[in-house]
Amino acid sequence: MAGPGGDMQWCFSQVKGAIDDDVAEADIISTVEFNHTGELLATGDKGGRVVIFQQEIENKNLPQFRSEYNVYSTFQSHEPEFDYLKSLEIEEKINKIRWLPQKNAAQFLLSTNDKTIKLWKISERDKRPEGYNLKEEDGRYKDPNSITSLRVPVLIPMDLMVEASPRRVFANAHTYHINSISVNSDEETYLSADDLRINLWNLEITDRSFNIVDIKPANMEELTEVITAAEFHPHQCNTFVYSSSKGTIRLCDMRASALCDKQSKLFEEPEDPSNRSFFSEIISSISDVKFSHNGRYMMTRDYLSVKIWDLNMESRPVETYQVHEYLRSKLCSLYENDCIFDKFECCWNGNDTVVMTGSYNNFFRMFDRGQRRDVTLEASRENSKPMQVLKPRKVCAGGKRKKDEISVDSLDFNKKILHTAWHPQDNIIAVATTNNLYIFQDKVN
Amino acid sequence: MNATTAMEVNAEARRILAVSISKLYASRSQRGGLRLHRSLLLSLVMRSARDIYHSSREIEISSAAQPTPEPMETSSSSPAGEQIVPEPQPELQTSEESESEDEGCEEGDITEDKENMSPTKQSRKRRGKAAAAPDFLPIKRARLEPGEERHAAPNCRGAESLSALSLNLNRAIAAF
Repeated sequence: MAGPGGDMQWCFSQVKGAIDDDVAEADIISTVEFNHTGELLATGDKGGRVVIFQQEIENKNLPQFRSEYNVYSTFQSHEPEFDYLKSLEIEEKINKIRWLPQKNAAQFLLSTNDKTIKLWKISERDKRPEGYNLKEEDGRYKDPNSITSLRVPVLIPMDLMVEASPRRVFANAHTYHINSISVNSDEETYLSADDLRINLWNLEITDRSFNIVDIKPANMEELTEVITAAEFHPHQCNTFVYSSSKGTIRLCDMRASALCDKQSKLFEEPEDPSNRSFFSEIISSISDVKFSHNGRYMMTRDYLSVKIWDLNMESRPVETYQVHEYLRSKLCSLYENDCIFDKFECCWNGNDTVVMTGSYNNFFRMFDRGQRRDVTLEASRENSKPMQVLKPRKVCAGGKRKKDEISVDSLDFNKKILHTAWHPQDNIIAVATTNNLYIFQDKVN
Repeated sequence: MNATTAMEVNAEARRILAVSISKLYASRSQRGGLRLHRSLLLSLVMRSARDIYHSSREIEISSAAQPTPEPMETSSSSPAGEQIVPEPQPELQTSEESESEDEGCEEGDITEDKENMSPTKQSRKRRGKAAAAPDFLPIKRARLEPGEERHAAPNCRGAESLSALSLNLNRAIAAF
């Protein structure tokens, strides 16, 4: 059965997380990110923890190799805090994780909650020194009189230990809630964005940052839009984009001025008047923006669709994909149960030919740009036999429901897939349901 | 739009407003504090609902033979009234009204403050005197601090309370 991307057949590989239906709130996955090689996969959760999985590459040259991701490191990144001035609790939930490109043996990642960004160093230790002259093996100091000879301590192998240590803490720069972080291609700076401001940081300097975008109006009563996501261009270190709650994307060039309030480009699609409703404004709010790997396109996700924009054309997207158009007539109920505020993310595959995003009922969607095909797949425990091929799912919008179709009213809106990630090179995807992480791979791979 | 459709639309708008208000109340006690984005989206929905409520109301009124004045309820409690503790609430008044609106004012004064009215106030159309009481709004007033008196703000125009409601929404965002 051919799917997007030619003959891609997605198979179940692994699932991580607790099996029981009773989900502890702290275990809710809030972000998923592969590193630049795809060897490491990081997840953040509502409890402020980061779990990193490492790919065990066995027999990569064999045609049907199965890559397994196993736990590599787990650490508590953020703790709940209290802002005494505002009498507000600061959630420890990890909003975003971004990996730094690897420069030496250690791995570095940035993790952020609503207010504070932290740079973590993840390093391996597989040797330990033995044979100290002045110390016993357990660390107690020897009686100096008992030392009669001198020897050189040697490094002996030990069980692999992975240590995570916070190297930098970037705090107190955001009044509003941080929604995005993005590492620059210069590998020296990164940006952090909250609802109204974007700051530029140097990875080495924690006590100051540059404010590069500020859309806070002088009179807050005139507030009409907020920043929802921001990202640096993958190759041009002077370029970044930020999306707004009004459905617009602004591309800024940091060479133009210190404060990038005036955009270089404004990407906006005129609203379709036939789709106007009470809720049209809020469903046009962009929840995620991602540059393509080649840097020529960017993708935005709003509540009902995924749009691909050519950076050279501001007037409208070049491609629009409907994720779950059948929800358009249900917006009122989705407003009442709060689902309309869900922030779905989206991602590109390694060669920018396929894009993926999540939906409800643990469904996720893939759109093949070249072949103009799309597929709906489901992440569920029922389909979790090793290498079990995922069967495409279909939602019946109305009228007669065919066999194997699921009707809109039977969808479980509590089972939402907000976070997905695609391996940078291979056809391996990580899909996060509420508290489980599913890893699927292409059968052929 | 005929009167029947206008009534249905009106009911829907009122329902959405009620839902939105309860969401706003709920978001105040959320962990992590008020979310600016979410509050903004709620206020947009409330504004659309309010506008539709008014326009459908006017259609109803214009197609009805005689507009009948109905007893008004006391002002709705501002969902964000308590958050605006340091700011005195400027009064909303048009030249037509004699009564003034008090939205969860924590201090005792009513002051007419035309200078500090936001521009949107001036552009609002004059309301007919026979605006019905919005029955979706909670009857209780905002909780005042102990020791403060409730002062008289007896009859409020339902329509004005809606407008002031979303204004206070803006102030809630401003205070945030």
